[in-house]
Amino acid sequence: MIYQGKQKIWSDYQKEIPDDHYFYVRSCIRQNLFPASEKTFLDITRNKLGKDFFETEHHTTCGGIAYHCDTIPQETSMTIIARQFALMQKYGYENYVCSCITSFGLYTETLETWREFPELEARIKENLWKTCKLEFAKPKYLAHASDIIYKYRNLIAAQAKYKLINRHTGKPLRVVEHIGCHYGKMFPSKSVGGAEYPYVLAGMIEAWGGEVIDYPERRHCCGYGFRQYHIRSNRGYSLANTYKKFESMEPYKPDMIITNCPGCPYFLDRWQYVISEMEGKTYGENGHGIPVFTYEEVAGLVMGYNPWDLGLQMHQIGPEPVLDKIGIPYDPQAKYLL
Amino acid sequence: MVKFGFALNPSSRIDLDKTDREKFAQLVELEPDVLKCMACGSCTASCTAGKFTPTSVRSAILEIQNGRWQQALDMLKGCLLCGKCTMVCPRAINTRHLILAINEVYQSGK
Repeated sequence: MIYQGKQKIWSDYQKEIPDDHYFYVRSCIRQNLFPASEKTFLDITRNKLGKDFFETEHHTTCGGIAYHCDTIPQETSMTIIARQFALMQKYGYENYVCSCITSFGLYTETLETWREFPELEARIKENLWKTCKLEFAKPKYLAHASDIIYKYRNLIAAQAKYKLINRHTGKPLRVVEHIGCHYGKMFPSKSVGGAEYPYVLAGMIEAWGGEVIDYPERRHCCGYGFRQYHIRSNRGYSLANTYKKFESMEPYKPDMIITNCPGCPYFLDRWQYVISEMEGKTYGENGHGIPVFTYEEVAGLVMGYNPWDLGLQMHQIGPEPVLDKIGIPYDPQAKYLL
Repeated sequence: MVKFGFALNPSSRIDLDKTDREKFAQLVELEPDVLKCMACGSCTASCTAGKFTPTSVRSAILEIQNGRWQQALDMLKGCLLCGKCTMVCPRAINTRHLILAINEVYQSGK
């Protein structure tokens, strides 16, 4: 459908998200950093929402980290991506859903590049045939996993056992939402809400009862930035980004942070410890730190999953203050027994 | 203290809430034309000193507006007061007087 005038402007801030039958691709680093997030995502979508999600053990990384660290050229990452698309086609799916924001950005970049330069797509087809004897078709829809949870946020709210409400005060929890840069900043029209007003996480927070905090550095990068972090001497830049964000959000007294990227929750979580060691500064109530969650973990929490089944014991900043505020029961003795 | 092998990089952010606006008000009183600058860069393009030194009236005005007046003073050290910038300014700013006013307000510590 061709939109014109204001309808077109409005359509740039919307995103078509398919209803069912998805080919799901995991992230290469989330398995290590937040091991239960993807499992929870599949459990919620398959068993609670009744959606068809297919995944195969044959898929690989998208090559995004190597690409953004300048260690492999774009054509290599495109060939890796073409192989993923070939797997999707082999299993009869058209809707491609990835768990990682960097992958989402790279897939979008690849598809847009192929649209602009069809001869490059032809060369990648040739590369894939030479290397793997595979042929691929481009996905009909490309979505990030957080788009799916966003789409079904109200269905999740309807099945929720808990709300993001402080049971002691009766007020909504104050939540900072942090969206990965590669979600909406590179190709704003491919995200929910564009680059200026990405609504994907804010929509979840509002649907589940929380209050979204607006603070000056809300759209600032978490600091990962690939090259900044992977070279140790550059890590001061990475840390400075996170420090700037925390200094900016601190006066607004957030109860928790929700993210939709593999790197962001890791850095917002772990760097709080590093800042406390280097600067002697701790954030959050009583200097405990501000707990950081992935959106799948929060979806799991409101739906009544056991916090330790969600892998919350892997976080640097303990999630207990948030669990206490919401009123989610947990066994402190069982935290590290899995 | 844990040794991480790297340190927190200092922020390069300019916080306008923390800059001294009093001196800028003095400058505006002395040379109101400073507010007329549209940062076109004609002054910098025609500057004789700017060819050999970091002198740039456009950048100096910007630095002063951002509260970084020491950088502005350093930048204007090379000025010969030849007045070519005054001749080319499309907003008819008396740039020579402006440079003198900047030095008077910020250097003399008035």
